[in-house]
Amino acid sequence: MIAALVDLSHPGHYLHWGFIQLSVANAVVILLMVIVFALAVAVPFRAGRKHR
Amino acid sequence: MSDTIRPAPAGPEPVVDEAGDSAVAGLAEPVVDDARPLPGDERMWSARLRGAAMRALPPGKLLPDRQPSYVASWVYIFGVLTLAAFVVILVSGAVLILKGPSWWHLSTTGLFFNSIHLWSVELFFFFMVLHLWGKFFMAAWRGNRALTWMTGVLCFVMSIGAAFTGYLSQQNFDSQWISTQAKDGLNSVGVGAFFNVLNFGQMLLWHVLLLPVAVAAIVGLHLLMVRHRGVVRPLPARGSRTGRHSAGERPAVAGTATAVADGGDR
Amino acid sequence: MSAATGTLGSRTLTEASRQPDHTPWDGPKIRYDLAKEFVIALVVMALLAVVLAVVFSSPDDHPVTIRQWSQATPGDFLATAVTELDGSSGTAGYGPPYNPWAPGEGQKIFPIGLQRWAGVHIPVNTADDFVLSPLRIAAASDPTLHAAIARYTAAPADQQQAWTTAYTAAVAHVAVNGATVSLRPGRYGPVATMMTGLLGMARTGSLDADLLSSPQFYGTDYTKPLLFIADGSFLAAKGQAQHLSGDQWGMMNETGNFPGQAWLWLYTMWYQVSPFSTSANADALVWALMMLLTLGLLLVPFIPGLRSIPRVVPVYRLIWRDHYRRLAAEQQSLSTGAPRAP
Repeated sequence: MIAALVDLSHPGHYLHWGFIQLSVANAVVILLMVIVFALAVAVPFRAGRKHR
Repeated sequence: MSDTIRPAPAGPEPVVDEAGDSAVAGLAEPVVDDARPLPGDERMWSARLRGAAMRALPPGKLLPDRQPSYVASWVYIFGVLTLAAFVVILVSGAVLILKGPSWWHLSTTGLFFNSIHLWSVELFFFFMVLHLWGKFFMAAWRGNRALTWMTGVLCFVMSIGAAFTGYLSQQNFDSQWISTQAKDGLNSVGVGAFFNVLNFGQMLLWHVLLLPVAVAAIVGLHLLMVRHRGVVRPLPARGSRTGRHSAGERPAVAGTATAVADGGDR
Repeated sequence: MSAATGTLGSRTLTEASRQPDHTPWDGPKIRYDLAKEFVIALVVMALLAVVLAVVFSSPDDHPVTIRQWSQATPGDFLATAVTELDGSSGTAGYGPPYNPWAPGEGQKIFPIGLQRWAGVHIPVNTADDFVLSPLRIAAASDPTLHAAIARYTAAPADQQQAWTTAYTAAVAHVAVNGATVSLRPGRYGPVATMMTGLLGMARTGSLDADLLSSPQFYGTDYTKPLLFIADGSFLAAKGQAQHLSGDQWGMMNETGNFPGQAWLWLYTMWYQVSPFSTSANADALVWALMMLLTLGLLLVPFIPGLRSIPRVVPVYRLIWRDHYRRLAAEQQSLSTGAPRAP
């Protein structure tokens, strides 16, 4: 594809575990989701807490 | 409709002429409760609708300045991030509409906006699912909020439909593949007879009008419900009750912070 | 960290927390600027989408055309075309919504045959639509082809079947050189001429145009060319190569290395496992199962056990740990008699 800094148009890479087949791209997305959720739960939230 | 002059509404006496303009020069605008129907107008559909809307969502509830003190976690931002991604989807989609469905195949600018549209969809689902996880683990359906949960699930399902028709509208190999595969699933349950995924014209129209309007409507309903009910309270600190009402039961352990909110998920 | 005040709520944290879930919160509140939050979220999402678009762009694999198919794998094209003519192709024997139901056709959810009930709403006669009608256009300027078509359509059904069966057997070993088709000697009647004529149309792209634009000039309905292409192996081979097939979790995937539709993981998972992976009714059964599970997700608030999972899995304790700490602190100060924070 033109105009991409990182060309993702090459044949995809896939991970295999038993009957599970997962593209690396999807695996990255799912991993990111878990990480972001974990961070959201763990990181303290201070914004908006104005004390009066 | 009568054109007769009606008596002025009860309450503070602003001087308001027929055009509704304040004729009291030099003084601050008096606050007129425009929401109250005039005597005799209470049975009007407009008055009743307005009254119901005002009761369900007075302005201070529709866009409040404050939230309960327990709204203090990054998990609470997933909803607004999903909504923001939805707006980016709509705007990038609108740009694609401006130049028609072939544009992105022929122009680098078109391809750029198609890319924004695709990635904002990925972000949309990314944060929507995180929002779902968060709301699930908070049991956010408690306190008569079941409909809020249900409209949320409807948003999810309809969004999948909208994304699906989007993939079908690409006019490339991917859309050929998806349509020829998906037709079997839809045909097997009779839906394919009416929703023909091989019909680009039909799929494109569903994608750019019917489904975005439906998703936006459900999203709007979902948001109004969240504002109407407010954000759900935290679960009791020692969550041992599983759905049983425990009114009147107070733990007698001094020094512990066992909040005894009403038990049950309802 | 000082406690949020009760200025706008009339109750303390402890008292407010004890109220039923459906009541409005009248405990301590904090300033929370929703409008500002939305604008920030919008800017962040827009920027993120733009950055991803700049870095990764989006996939746009060229579509398959009948022209491509017939030029790349002419043998497969011919083999498919003859099955369209004699009604043995996938589309010809599909049943509703393309053609009238015959016993054995269509999928069912146990005894329920929704596919059959829906009826024929997208009529496709493969012999006429994919072969004879397009050929008649070419035959207008080709007397040999015209005669072949006339001979075929005038012959009795069993004679037609004999010709196409012989052709089907022979085309497995066909040699194609450009537009020249070489078959071993056999009794194909007019079928060989017709198929060669169709191949000629396909190679020039006129079949793509004819199938799309019938019956009028403007076409936005690609049902016919897509069904025809999907009956062959060329499209399927491309799909397989890109990991898009049903038995490759294909529903989740995208061409190339792009992320696809991870949210469809559960839908496609069933196709990988028994009994769905070997069932002729897989599509209908998986659809029914997913409708059920979606209903389950919709009705979580009402399903005992399922709705109690949040209480058992202590994620909530992390999410609201701030709140529980302040509750404990308030309880502490109350029980020690310390003055309540203003």
